[in-house]
Amino acid sequence: MRSVISKSAIALALGVTTALWVGGAAAAETPKRGGTLLYVIPSNPPSADAHRETTFGTIHPFAQFYSVLIRVNPDNPASPTDIVCDLCTEMPKPTNGGKKYTFKIRKGVTWHKTAAGAKVSEDVKKVYDQVGGTPLTAQDVKATFDRIIFPPEGVKSARKGFYTMVEKISAPDDETLVFDLKYPSGAFIPALAAPYNFVYSKKVLDMDQRWVEKNVLGSGPFRFVEWQPGAFISAERNPDYYHEGKPYLDGTEAIFAKKYSINLQALRGGRAYIQFRGFPPKMRDDLKKALGDKLTVQESAWNCALFMTPNNKKPPFDDVRVRRALTLAIDRWGGSKYLSKIAIVKPVGGIVFPDHPLAATKEELEQIAGYWPDIEKSRAEARRLLKEAGQEDLEFVFHNRAVDMPYKIVGTWMIDQWAKIGVKVTQRVQPTAPFYATLRQKKDFDVSMDFNCQSIVNPLIDVSKFNSDDISGNQYAGYQDRVLDDMWEKMNRTGDVAEQRRIMRAFEKRALDEKAYQFVTLWWYRIILHRSDVKGWKISPSHYLNVDLSNIWLEEPLRSESLK
Amino acid sequence: MAVSEVQVEAAVEGFAERAPLATVVLGLIRRQPLGAAGALIVIIMILMAAFAEFVAPYDPIANNFEDMLLAPGAKYWLGTDEFGRDILSRLIYGARTALFVGFVAAFVGATSGLVLGVASAYFGGRFDLLFQRVMDVFMAFPLIILALAVVSILGTGIQNVIIAITIPFIPNCARVVRSNALAIREIPYIDAARACGFSHARIILRHMVPNVMAPYLIMITAFVGQAILLEASLSYLGLGVQEPTPAWGLMLSGGAEEYAESAPWIAVFPGIGISLAVFGFNLFGDALRDVLDPKLRSR
Repeated sequence: MRSVISKSAIALALGVTTALWVGGAAAAETPKRGGTLLYVIPSNPPSADAHRETTFGTIHPFAQFYSVLIRVNPDNPASPTDIVCDLCTEMPKPTNGGKKYTFKIRKGVTWHKTAAGAKVSEDVKKVYDQVGGTPLTAQDVKATFDRIIFPPEGVKSARKGFYTMVEKISAPDDETLVFDLKYPSGAFIPALAAPYNFVYSKKVLDMDQRWVEKNVLGSGPFRFVEWQPGAFISAERNPDYYHEGKPYLDGTEAIFAKKYSINLQALRGGRAYIQFRGFPPKMRDDLKKALGDKLTVQESAWNCALFMTPNNKKPPFDDVRVRRALTLAIDRWGGSKYLSKIAIVKPVGGIVFPDHPLAATKEELEQIAGYWPDIEKSRAEARRLLKEAGQEDLEFVFHNRAVDMPYKIVGTWMIDQWAKIGVKVTQRVQPTAPFYATLRQKKDFDVSMDFNCQSIVNPLIDVSKFNSDDISGNQYAGYQDRVLDDMWEKMNRTGDVAEQRRIMRAFEKRALDEKAYQFVTLWWYRIILHRSDVKGWKISPSHYLNVDLSNIWLEEPLRSESLK
Repeated sequence: MAVSEVQVEAAVEGFAERAPLATVVLGLIRRQPLGAAGALIVIIMILMAAFAEFVAPYDPIANNFEDMLLAPGAKYWLGTDEFGRDILSRLIYGARTALFVGFVAAFVGATSGLVLGVASAYFGGRFDLLFQRVMDVFMAFPLIILALAVVSILGTGIQNVIIAITIPFIPNCARVVRSNALAIREIPYIDAARACGFSHARIILRHMVPNVMAPYLIMITAFVGQAILLEASLSYLGLGVQEPTPAWGLMLSGGAEEYAESAPWIAVFPGIGISLAVFGFNLFGDALRDVLDPKLRSR
């Protein structure tokens, strides 16, 4: 009997303890209202207009002010296929043979009124007076996508090419938005979910299409307070936000600081609680050592790939044997193991983001030149090809971008890899603007570093970088291959995922191996460091995603500290 | 003044004829101990650079990730960097880059300044006035700013770095040399040379330039140290020589920030290398000035 009692007591004690622990954990995860999120942005926004910009420098400070039609699920941002509504009420099922998408727009969404402490000019205040508080309708969303897909003259739309399948957009009433496509496309919905698609007010756009470049008026979780270019941007909670209970924070304040060492010190000293782009592994280790449990690390594969791009128009790189030799020399598997300790690269992948269902498996990758499991065999083949091409003493200049992480680090590694097949390489480094001028206009490089960094993981669109240069727009290797173009078209027009995958493999094999036009080196790896009292935010495979800050809250003592 | 320099040179030559080399060297070390220390540093650097292949224990370029970020120890005396490259070997080869850039930039800059400075003094008048104003414009900019501007226009790479460093040296040397040459221009033998119908080039190169060699040589030694520092600065800023070339400034830029706490040896040793080189050349230059300047020598 005693034993039964004691067993029952133990069971009860265990039960109570477990219940308390679970309850405690649940309580710890209950969002708390209040506090100001301090964060640091390693960039300086060129403008506030996300439709024209391509940099996270615009997304990180301004996403908090705007709504989007659909987006990657902020509660599951790691999934590249989990796309949910923001302004719409339900994800639509396509009709008309996959060529028509009808979105229902939420009721009760209003444009921001002027924030209490907003520091804006009288002219801007007048615009707020006209637009602020009025409802956001399907007409606003239509005006936004018209601007992105069919930009009026003088308006730059950086991702217009993503929407070649769209025939027309209509808004038959204030709650209905219809996209008619020329053909069914699996790339459409992911393209629509791009975080750059801030919804702007039709009234504002009708007044001046470029007003949004320097001013902010949105309907998102936070209202604009002040922007000092090069210094900081601040915001306050939007009390009329349409996602119930959100945002949790009273406000946000971001500082702009390009240097990573300053970002690190900001985190260490409490001047910032999070940075949303990512840190190198060494900085992670140093800061973790310094802050211990006060620091949380979140890591993810990153939807950015570093490319090595031979100039296909310039001898000897017009010879496929030379190009194949260059990719065969690179030990991607070994590079991933070691470079991931010193640079923001890690996953080995082909042309598709490694975690996506359309990506090649390891076995499939190992069939492609440059991914063979036996690097010595690979390099022997590289030497043979160079000899056959009469290029045993090949020397060239490698063109790189003057950014340490990860460009110069990976560049130095690649030069060493090429040295192992007897190729002598020197490096020419240029700052970003002249670097692009060389790739796009001068085209006087031998072999260049290049990259493909996308927000939404949308392989069908992302691999367009391998299309002919008269179609692609961001292919700098200088080749034209109609076979690849045809494959890409077929891949985009079929809704059958298995068929997409089959074509993707053939596309990949041709681009990376048989023709070896340009190569993927390593995919990036994202390391986010934040104070452990910052809660609710989850890492995604892109630094462009999940930064509207609506799902973040602060635990004590950070919450109280930020209130001081 | 020129006469006295000629007399001094003759005296030095006469002394050299009379005494064995070892005695002369020992005498110089006794009179200029700091200069001798500087010369020793310079000689060690030159030997390191010349025989780097034999002195360096490892390939300075080859990556060896198995040994990345190792602290100084028996295998790697000065440790390794993030690519597993031996810091000592990169320092030794880096001396070659530093000296190459330093000597070429100093020689070309000082020699151009010498010719232009003497020509400016010789011709005088409007040419001198105009030329000196142009020099004023160049000298208005700090060395590093001017070098940065040049390298921004021309781009990175070792040749462009040399050009970027050479250009600011020209007005510096030209100004110093001109002031010496102005005095020489007034000496009768220049008038005699003119009277003999010698060409301007002959008068400048054969009769004036040899008499301003002392300041020229002193400027060269000062310039080498400055050029090494400038090259390191430009490389540190990512505007100089590029990876994987071993260069001291570049070694600093790779490790200074990211590994300052966990692997300080990456930044410390190249820093010491740069400091020692500049210190050595400055000491050597000061001693050379003392030896070549008759006024200082007589004290």
